[in-house]
Amino acid sequence: MGALSEFESKQLLATHGIQVSRDKLAHSAEAAVDAAMEIGGSVAVKLCGPALAHKSERGLVRLALDSPDGVRSAAEDLLALATADDGEVALLVSEMVEGHRELIAGVVHTEQFGAALMLGLGGVLAEAVGEVVFRLLPVSEADCQDMIDDLGVSALLAPLRGEPAVDQDALAATLLGLAQAGCREGIEAIDINPLVIRDGQPVAVDGLVVMSSP
Amino acid sequence: MSPSPFDLFFNPRGIVVAGASTHPGKFGFVALHNVLAGGFSGRLFATNPEQPTILGIETLASVDEVPHGAADLVMVCTPPKACPDILRSAADRGIGAAFIASGGFRESGAEGARAEDQLIELAHSLGIVVAGPNGQGLISTPAKLAAQIVAPVPPAGPIAVASQSGNLVSAFMNYAAHSGVGISRAVSAGNAAMVGVVDYLGWFANDPATKAMAAYVEGVGDGRQFAAAIREAATAKPVVLVKGGTTQRGAQAAASHTGALATDDRVFDGMVRQSGAVRAATIEEAFDAVAAFATQPLPAGPRTLVLSSAGGWGVIAADAVSSSDLELIPLPSDLEAAIDGLVPPRWSRNNPIDLAGGESRDTIPDAINLVADHPEVDAVIYLGMGIQANTASYLRSGPYFESADLARICEYHERQDGRFAQAAAEASVRTGKPILAATELAVTQPGNAGPVTMAAEGRYCFSSADRAVRALDHMWWHARWRNRHCSAAS
Repeated sequence: MGALSEFESKQLLATHGIQVSRDKLAHSAEAAVDAAMEIGGSVAVKLCGPALAHKSERGLVRLALDSPDGVRSAAEDLLALATADDGEVALLVSEMVEGHRELIAGVVHTEQFGAALMLGLGGVLAEAVGEVVFRLLPVSEADCQDMIDDLGVSALLAPLRGEPAVDQDALAATLLGLAQAGCREGIEAIDINPLVIRDGQPVAVDGLVVMSSP
Repeated sequence: MSPSPFDLFFNPRGIVVAGASTHPGKFGFVALHNVLAGGFSGRLFATNPEQPTILGIETLASVDEVPHGAADLVMVCTPPKACPDILRSAADRGIGAAFIASGGFRESGAEGARAEDQLIELAHSLGIVVAGPNGQGLISTPAKLAAQIVAPVPPAGPIAVASQSGNLVSAFMNYAAHSGVGISRAVSAGNAAMVGVVDYLGWFANDPATKAMAAYVEGVGDGRQFAAAIREAATAKPVVLVKGGTTQRGAQAAASHTGALATDDRVFDGMVRQSGAVRAATIEEAFDAVAAFATQPLPAGPRTLVLSSAGGWGVIAADAVSSSDLELIPLPSDLEAAIDGLVPPRWSRNNPIDLAGGESRDTIPDAINLVADHPEVDAVIYLGMGIQANTASYLRSGPYFESADLARICEYHERQDGRFAQAAAEASVRTGKPILAATELAVTQPGNAGPVTMAAEGRYCFSSADRAVRALDHMWWHARWRNRHCSAAS
């Protein structure tokens, strides 16, 4: 079972209408600095490659870098942390997506019911929180609205700490796009984690596409 | 609609009890007893090679002696080894369906599993549809058919039941007998070697005697087929599901977070909701829900009003509404003014409406009508019914009944609670809104005029306020699903 790199995963998600963070791939620390300048503002730098599914567990993510020196030294650190097992790696420079609310969304092939779509609370804490809902693929737009309702946290979707209410149509559209991506040939599972709500809009900050074994 | 093999189970021209016994402890005796005692409307045959009569009916030596075309269903209560020959004879006599109560098949091990596979293969080749084996039987009240190796025989009514566990069929039917909200069809799927729970639901969905269905499942077999069948049934009529054997097992190794979160139970739950069925955690909750679906109109919206002459229950109901998907609306001002005209000023003036004991003869029926008619109210929880009849019951049994001449006041109290139950039922019919009444007296004092009149009106009396709210919450969820998923479809 292989996986696409975060960059490729998010590109694939974007082709299905899912809003993803602005990303640039860089192959050296200097290129990462240039990419950060181009993106502007505060950035994250991550080591990126098809064998790097769980980057934060290995400390391969550096967040909120707002100076060229900061980006350069983070990039150099990350490249030094790459091991032979990681295969071909690059640096992914991403805009920082600010939002108080983090969700998780995904697709998985289950043994009993086939492909299923998931929406949950908690982003990177999702497994600890355990508040998730599923629907079987294919899904309708009404199914996606139901999933949002099923989370049962209307207060979390309302205006919150200076942020506008979650655009539920946009969230439903993200789910539909994800479902569409999940129906593509050869895809075993997809994670969007976290799916951050920025100014009411869902943005995929990290993505993972797992391909089925050939 | 083309005739279905299920008509042979639930509306057979005649039934044969194969393996009828004279021993009252044997299933073959109880099955025959129940068919007789239930007053089956079709022809009845029983086989026993040795006894010429059992329970006053003349037996046949074997199924071979059944007149051709006289029966559609054979209920098999013999040891498993006799089953293949019974199926052959049945097919020869024009019998198209068999309910096999006999155990000793897949549930007993590898040898039994082989015997079951062979039996089903034989049934297919004979063109006989088989229920069971290892099932406790079936009920069809429109046909007065009680083909079961156990009790009870429930009253006729609008609820259909299919279950992978026989004793849970009995549990649903015991609730039906107790509440008076009866059963149309019920069946224990047993090992479900040929026909499974969702197959029965598919037939119930088009059964004019059935208004709502309850099912208990453990395994689901092919998940996609199961989901499609549940959806088809739930689109026709409300379906309430209880799932046994719930596990938290993850479906996948952690190649993805989504996979790690996809426990069997969560995916099952999502499938049920997507299909429009309602999932209940317990058999009690399931019966409450299916009885509500079968006896009340669906709410058009979530706006709920609690009407109570029993203070604390009103507060508990309001709390339960607040923590559900229902909406505890603020009391509309015109409704407040109208109720002010009915009772002294000490009443609660909010939702829950607590009349605070200020009622006279017509207050409760008037208040029920006022809240039910109000355009901002979609559903009503009515509490406090039965209090007067409960008082009457104690006065009747107390030492002063004769000397203080209490008969008239007791009759008045009892009549009043009957009127309240009637008013709730009539207002619901008139407005097309659900009005769910609840009192613990439904359980603690089943002869109370309140619950008794509810049952006579064909309504279900919930045994607590919070259980009524839970059932209403299920109704609102299903109504919303219907609006979202079924409105455009013709």
